[in-house]
Amino acid sequence: MTKPVLELQDLRVYFNTRRGIVKAADGINLQLYPGERFGLVGESGSGKTTTALAILRMIKPPGRIVGGRVILDNDIDLLSLTDEQMRQVRLKRIAMIPQGAMNSLNPVLRIKEQMILTMRTHGAEGSNGHMLKRVEGLLASVGLQPNVANLYPHELSGGMKQRVCIAMAISMRPQVILADEPTSALDVVVQRRIMQTLRTLQEQLGAAVILVGHDMGLMAQFVDRLGVMYGGKLVEVGTVEEIFTDPKHPYTQLLISSIPSLHRKRNFQTIPGMPLSLHEPPSGCLFHPRCPQAMAHCSQIVPREIEVTPGRKVLCLLYDEELTPAAQREVVDDTAAS
Amino acid sequence: MTPPLLEARNLRKVYTKRSGFFSRPDENVALDNFSFTIGGDDPVFIAIAGESGSGKTTLAQMLLGFTRPTSGEVLYRGQNIHHLNADSQKQFRQEVQAVFQDPFAVYNPFYRIDHILHTPIRKFNLASSRKEAENMILEALATVGLRPEDTLGRYPHQLSGGQRQRITVARTLLLRPRLVIADEPVSMVDASLRATILESMYKVHQDYGISFLYITHDLTTAYQVSDSIVILYRGIVAEAGDIEAVIKNPQHPYTQELVNSIPMPSLGQNWIASDDSMGTEAVDNVMHQVSKGCKYATRCPHVMERCRQNQPPLYQVGQGQVAACYLYDETPALTGDNLTDTLHRRPDFRQ
Repeated sequence: MTKPVLELQDLRVYFNTRRGIVKAADGINLQLYPGERFGLVGESGSGKTTTALAILRMIKPPGRIVGGRVILDNDIDLLSLTDEQMRQVRLKRIAMIPQGAMNSLNPVLRIKEQMILTMRTHGAEGSNGHMLKRVEGLLASVGLQPNVANLYPHELSGGMKQRVCIAMAISMRPQVILADEPTSALDVVVQRRIMQTLRTLQEQLGAAVILVGHDMGLMAQFVDRLGVMYGGKLVEVGTVEEIFTDPKHPYTQLLISSIPSLHRKRNFQTIPGMPLSLHEPPSGCLFHPRCPQAMAHCSQIVPREIEVTPGRKVLCLLYDEELTPAAQREVVDDTAAS
Repeated sequence: MTPPLLEARNLRKVYTKRSGFFSRPDENVALDNFSFTIGGDDPVFIAIAGESGSGKTTLAQMLLGFTRPTSGEVLYRGQNIHHLNADSQKQFRQEVQAVFQDPFAVYNPFYRIDHILHTPIRKFNLASSRKEAENMILEALATVGLRPEDTLGRYPHQLSGGQRQRITVARTLLLRPRLVIADEPVSMVDASLRATILESMYKVHQDYGISFLYITHDLTTAYQVSDSIVILYRGIVAEAGDIEAVIKNPQHPYTQELVNSIPMPSLGQNWIASDDSMGTEAVDNVMHQVSKGCKYATRCPHVMERCRQNQPPLYQVGQGQVAACYLYDETPALTGDNLTDTLHRRPDFRQ
């Protein structure tokens, strides 16, 4: 089997707030294989963006990465690199397409200036004429005219700005592209064109993509595998087919059945209960207060990762045939604390 | 015959912008030649859909009287809404309600939910006693699916976006309006909570016979709740009619492109398959102005010479379905461009 290009092991990102520690990403394990498209879904605050930012070590205080490993190419743990070494990884090996391209470009620099500056910062070399040729080639690859290089961001539409961001992201031929809701602010027609462009380029480069978002339609159409996040935990991982046709985790099941579609009118099904507050997380499984299949011990035991079939992981006690000693210890800890 | 509750007559809104001090002003037609009526007796649930820059919010703002049309007029019970006397003005503000996009911005953070719900009752003298007011509030909360113990006595920040938006719907309901104009009411709410808001809007429509104008960019949610739909493209009605017909059997090339662009949450749509036959510039560049002819001509795969000359009228392409496209010039055109009959063709209500 091929080795993962990127592997997250027990990645934990905590935020120190006045109201206590918020575990925004808590024990994320994930393998991303070369060339694959992986989707990370979840409601707002589920930790999907935090996880993506942590891969690039772009978590800002009061947040910090408190543990785990981010292994690139089976080789280096990104969390052990110096800041300067990390800078050489960004863009060159792992690039990010940020959420809301509207605000991520520098308003006072022409497109060519910021693209060249970005590439040079991350190690590109060559004369200005050579760099300009590269910029024009990159713009062409995302379907933009060469004259866009001379424009300022405010002269571009939202879709064109997002294309510029994609051009920048692929400029150093990265192995991994992180796309955080790259089309959430765009109209559907533009969205489709942009995702087609991203898909074409990603296949040409052979890069792996992590698409972060909450649009299940977009996920179904774009990614190969899907990870579902809830309350900072990755509660289920599987192929798109598996998640859509046979969801295992009760949260995923509710998520799938509540998606509005053009096939069923007046489907008002939703996930019951209040959205999770990470300031006061419930004990045991974080989803148990909203879970229609909750059992008595769900409020006491923190579920562990169960691999139901190869590559198919779920974080739910329904699938845990034996309670591990570790889990039982946590029960004891809980009762001792209360 | 009594005049209808709300009528839009040939509404047109032009925004002008000067790019330089001495330059000729740029004219941007936000909405052009929009006519329809919403009666009070025959409750309808109409979606107004379009992408950014299609004029949907401009329409809502004009119908609510927040923006004056450049030409044309909005009539409330037969009177121009900008020339209402004080009494009619107050009645208009009760009968026509609004739900806005951002549930985080509409509430004063210092007031509890109780205050938010009591205020309209007090302002419009809707209850004769405190007890009656409280009963009205409980009823309104129950209709939108909120429990009093979760909401009353709380501050807005203690509620989720979905709960807040349902409070807005509940407050609307207290006034017993005839029409609610909801401008993107679910777009800022987490996807997992959108259904709760749509459900409460639909329930208010069903249980109390209140008409809704649901303004959105999202055809999927429009399909969930609406009976008919108007598709706007750069200020022009591209297509309108029964929602089932328009979504399942779109006739205007723009509607076809729009429906095909929706990523379906199901397998095997082949959405990503490349058909980039048309230039990306034309699709991307919303700012680009088309001075004459069909606004969609630059992108249209079926474009003909005449499309670049004149804006096509709305043709009756099917039962309760009209499309502004010369592909259908053999069918009769809609008289007066008035969408009323097209949008009110409701078999379940009419027969």
